[in-house]
Formats: sequence, structure tokens, C-alpha cells
Amino acid sequence: MAKTKHTLVALVEDRPGVLNRVSSLFRRRNFNIESIAVGHTEQPNLSRMTIVVDGDDAKVEQVRKQLDKVIDVVKIVDITHEESVARELALVKVKATASTRSEIIQIVDIFRANIVDVSSDSVMVEVTGDEDKVSSLVDLLRGFGIREIARTGRIALTRGGAGPLQVEEPREIRAPKQPPKALPPEAESPPDW
Amino acid sequence: MKKTGAQILCESLVREGVEVIFGFPGGAVLPLYDTFPQYPKLRHILVRHEQGAAHAADGYARATGKAGVCLATSGPGATNLVTGIANACLDSSPVVAITGQVARPFIGKDAFQEIDITGITLPITKHNYLVLDASDIAKVVKEAFYIAQTGRPGPVLIDIPRDVFQQEETFAYPEKVNLPGYKPTFFGHPAQIKKAAETISAAERPVIIAGRGVIISKAFVELKELAEKAQIPVITTLLGIGCFPETHVLSFGWLGMHGMAYANKAVYNSDLIVAIGMRFDDRATGVVSSFAPQARVVHIDIDPAEIGKNVRVDVPIVGDVKNVLEALNQQIVPREHLDWFNQVDKWRDEHPALVIRESEALLPQYVIRQIYEVTKGDAIVVTGVGQNQMWSAQFFFYDKPNSLISSGGLGTMGFELPGAIGAKVGRPDETVWCIAGDGGFQMTVQELATIVQESVAVKIAIINNGFLGMVRQWQQLFYERRYVGTPLSGPDFIKIAEAYGIPALRVADKKLVVSAIEKAMDHEGPFLLDFVVEPEENVFPIVPPGAALVEAMEMPSPEKVTRSSK
Repeated sequence: MAKTKHTLVALVEDRPGVLNRVSSLFRRRNFNIESIAVGHTEQPNLSRMTIVVDGDDAKVEQVRKQLDKVIDVVKIVDITHEESVARELALVKVKATASTRSEIIQIVDIFRANIVDVSSDSVMVEVTGDEDKVSSLVDLLRGFGIREIARTGRIALTRGGAGPLQVEEPREIRAPKQPPKALPPEAESPPDW
Repeated sequence: MKKTGAQILCESLVREGVEVIFGFPGGAVLPLYDTFPQYPKLRHILVRHEQGAAHAADGYARATGKAGVCLATSGPGATNLVTGIANACLDSSPVVAITGQVARPFIGKDAFQEIDITGITLPITKHNYLVLDASDIAKVVKEAFYIAQTGRPGPVLIDIPRDVFQQEETFAYPEKVNLPGYKPTFFGHPAQIKKAAETISAAERPVIIAGRGVIISKAFVELKELAEKAQIPVITTLLGIGCFPETHVLSFGWLGMHGMAYANKAVYNSDLIVAIGMRFDDRATGVVSSFAPQARVVHIDIDPAEIGKNVRVDVPIVGDVKNVLEALNQQIVPREHLDWFNQVDKWRDEHPALVIRESEALLPQYVIRQIYEVTKGDAIVVTGVGQNQMWSAQFFFYDKPNSLISSGGLGTMGFELPGAIGAKVGRPDETVWCIAGDGGFQMTVQELATIVQESVAVKIAIINNGFLGMVRQWQQLFYERRYVGTPLSGPDFIKIAEAYGIPALRVADKKLVVSAIEKAMDHEGPFLLDFVVEPEENVFPIVPPGAALVEAMEMPSPEKVTRSSK
């Protein structure tokens, strides 16, 4: 079966270790994650992960099902074949001299990207868009000499009113955790040698 | 009134109906051990190695259907549980493992006996917890037992720092769990069930493959009804043995690498497989591409990830096996498959897989058949992995669920002895036979002390052939008889048993087998029998690794044996 780039989106409980539970499952099932982006959602206590993986449909479906078994994963769907908007963000630091700076600015304008920092010998470009757009701009800038690149992974939302990750019932909102109580004196200080 | 974390844990375990904890103390769990005398309802069984605790909890869980609980301290105590937890995970056994952790201020400092056990057990637990506040203990215990015992069961680990055991909090046990990410599907989809009923009715050469899921969901009556109503031969997986009476006319043995050749042939030639609570493990299917080329597959399982994982499925039904079969049985049209039965019967006659060959020597198959005869099949047999396991599965007839408890998925040597302890503790009124190889027995031999200290009356049969038998068999058949690392010396098992205070007998003569087994049965307490058997006896049939199910090697005639030994 042909390999496709799949976009999986997951709603996960906002707890320490959840990213590890998800990413290690990919490793265990012999899958390579191309990118993973995590952030808060409109719902308290829930984070959203957007995971891009390469693989045939059946294998990706198996990984999706395995991820669904992770207790902290509330919901996970494969939106590869749905109408969706996907974006990446990149920050690119490019060498710039007096003679090349205006050319760089022109290219950045064409791509509707932004210059977010300028120094005597470099500029920093901020670009958002789908992967192709970001990659094309990076390729063009390469000619000027790239000092550093930072790229986020893909994030994506499906088009239309309701999202595939909508959680049916309103979720219980937990009271914020109390600061931890004072620890028993014995544990507070390391032994005095 | 406030309670300590340790008290909260004990209260919670009592609420969950826990009666037995298999454990081993240590610094990080000392506050908990110090609390046990306040909770006499919780019986603590001291094992000699934490691996024994995990296997015993697993054996207890399989024998009773309730969660088994094991307990270890931080660091090495926790890591010693790992094999047992993995074993429970691969065989879907509800085990709750509790480990101590270093005090919170020391976490992440590589403190004495600190280990990241939640990290280590991530891939081998259904879920795990690190509890950082005593106020979370009750909720975590509630969730852990719920997760371990519902849906597809599995092990759950709870790691509790030493100072959390000592922290004081108000105790309130939650009535409900709220796990938005965990909602097992218990009832099958009606449309899929209808489709399955139609598919079954239309089949000419159907087989049922029943797995441990049938045992877990207690769907014995429903399975029998389906098989009888639709007249379908029932083949089980190794772990499914006992879910359908093996003396029933519709019982066609078990399939796979060492399954019956006729069962494998029936599956290969079937036009429909009704797979119930089983997971198409590679030891059961052989090479998947030639597993059952003409068969449509109806697959019923509570775990959606099992469906379509290894074998293409035509009618998937996600749900609890018992519920699904109940609904399915209402729609099944009674029918007969006379031609198919004649055919399968003919194969059964052509492949007498379970014949004990004529021999003066003491054969392991004979020993196991005699244990069956003497106990009249009324026993729980616990095995580890290897030849002893396969012979125990082949030469004992299991008519009751949970009567064969065996390490399937992980194939753990050393499971048998502590597993048998757990089974006997869980079902004290049953006769429990631990059937071990001399290799596997030596892996957890120290649990003989547990048996004595806790008066656990298990009967132990060592099938002693002086080899790591199954590996030796592979070396003989597939590595041109190069026996590297498999000849195995053992101690004098009789003296070992006596050193622990367990009466024992060595049997090397075929004529003494029955009386020895009877003697072990007549003795009230534990008893050990060391059967010195034919060293190079093989398990047949065997499907060579990488071959199709129908390419089983069957027991060669005596001349062939002589030829291959040159």
C-alpha cells in the first residue's frame, strides 16, 4: 500500500508524562514521527496534539487504535482525508548585507512573511503557512546564507462548524491544585554528613 | 479524621475487595507495612523475590477473575516486578502492582533505590500512576482497579513515594470513576451483529476460534449455545483452553505451532472463521499470508485495536464477548454442516496428534496423562513455557474454564511455581498442579519457601529431562542438533524440596508414576515429584517457524527418529 503523510490530531489530558506516553508508543510500534505539536485547547485540562506520520493507511490506523487505548488520550482522529487547514511556523535567521537586505525584504513580502528582527549582518524572518510555502521560502532564503532555522510541526483544524474532536459532554472542571503541604521534617533536608 | 497515605491505601484496597497482597518489604514501603496490622482483612504473603509476587498476583487473577495485587519497594524491588507485569500485560491479566518510591524531595536526584518505574513500565502496563499527594490515593486506587478489571484487562502500576505514605489527609472513597479517555465498548453494534449472523448462516465450512476473551468475559454458556445451534467446530487458542469443554463432540482441540494438525487443517480449509476473544498471535496463525486463504473472518473482541491488526477482518464486532454472543445467538439460524464435519473428522482420524508412543522409557506425555487420570481432570494446571507447557496443554483434558493457567504471550520460564501459588491462594479448595520443566523450575525455585511459610498446598511435578527442552528441540530440528547452552544440570530436587520442608519423590520408572501421583494427592500439604523423563523427547506436531499452519511436522516414526539422530 502506498505511503501517505497522515495527520493525526489527539485531545489528551493535560498531565505530566502524556507526551511521553504518546511518543513512546510510536517508537514501540516502529513508527517515525515527522512532527508533533502540542498546545492548550479551548477546553480546560485538555491539550491538543497534532502528529504527522508517514505510513500506509492500515498501519497508521493500527497506531491510531493503539493510541486510543492510552488512558490519557481522550480522543484521536486521522484527519488526513478531511477538508482541513494546516499551518506551520518557521523563524529563519538569514545573513544580510547592505546589498542583499532589500532583496530579502522583497522576497519576504511576496510570501507575506514578516521581518521580526534586524541586525547589522542578519535579518530574522517569520513565516506561517502550509509546509510547502514555508519550505519554498526557506529554499529561496538559502541562497543568502541561513544561520539558524526553528520550525514548528504542523497544526491543523478541519473546516466547517464542528470539529472531529468535539467532546460530547461538558467536562468537569477541577479545582486548582492546592500547593503541596509541608513535607515531614525528615524528608526536607538531606542527611548531614 | 485524617488518615495517613498508607492508611488511605489500605482502606481503598479493602473497599476494592482485596484479600491478598503478594509482596516484599523495603525502605520505601515501610510506612505501609507498618500499617498492615491495622488491616487484618488484607493478608500479606511474603514471597522470596518480587518476580514471584507479580506472577502470584497474575495466577491469582486468572484463577479467580479478580484483580491480583502485588507490592514491592522502590528501585530493585520495583524492577524485579517487571517480568511479572509484562507477563500479565501480554496475557490480559488484571494485576494491580503497588511500588514504593523515594520521598518526593529526592525524586530525580538518583537517590538510593530510586528508579523511574512508571517510565520503565509504560509499555507493559495498561496504565500507571505516580501519586504525588496522599489526597489522590483513593481516586487513583479506584481508577486503577477499574482500568485493570474492565474492558480488556491488564496490569496497572501505582508508584507511591515514601513520604506520601506518611502524609495525612482526609479519606473519602470515590463512588465513581471519571475517565474521559477510557470508555470500553461493552455491547456490539446491532448492524454488525446482524451481518455476522447472516455470514455465519451462509457459511459451509465454518470454524470458531475461541480465545481467552471467552474466559475473561465468562461467556462459556453463550459460546456453547452458538456452537451447538450453528453446529460449528470449536477450536481454541492455547490461552483459550478450557473455555469450551475439550470432551464435547464439537471440540476440535487447539490451533497453532503445537496445536493439533487437524485443527490447523480445519482452519486452513474453512470458509468462515468466527474469532471470539482471541488476537491472531503469530504462534496461533503461522505465516499470516497462508493462514486461512478462503475464509471470511468475523472477529469479536472488546479491544478495537486487535481487530484487523494481524488478519484482515470482514465483520468486526467490538464489544464484550458475552454480550455480543448473547445478541448473536438470538439471530443465529440452526443449521448443520454434515459434509464439513465428516471432512474434519476424517482429518482428525488421519492425524492422531495426541498419541503417546509405545516406550519402556518414562515419557513426559505419559506423566501428564496420568496426572489427568488420577485427578480425573479435576485440577488447575499451572505451567510456565516450553515443552512442559505444550505437553500439559496436549495430554490433559480441560473441561472447565481457568483450569489451565499458562504463560502464553510472554512465554515466561519461572511463571509456573509462583503462578500456582497465586492460583491455590485464590481457589484454596481446588487441586493445583504446578507442572514445571527443570529449567523453568530453577528460575523461581526460591518460592518453595513461600509455599511452606504460607501453607500453600500446591502439587509440583517437574518434568526433568536435563535440557532446556524446547530450545533443545529447536536446535535438533532447525540447527542441525547443535546443543549449545541447552544441556542443563540441576540440583537434587528431592534434597532441595526437603531442605525447604516439602516431601518429595523422584520417579524414573513408568510403573511408579501413578502411585507417586496418588501419594502426592493423598498428602495434605505441598508435595514435589521429580519425574526423570526421556531427555530428547520432542513436542509434536510442530509448525516450523516461518511456515504455514498446514506444514506441521508430525511425530516421526521410530526409524525416522534414528535416522535424524545420526
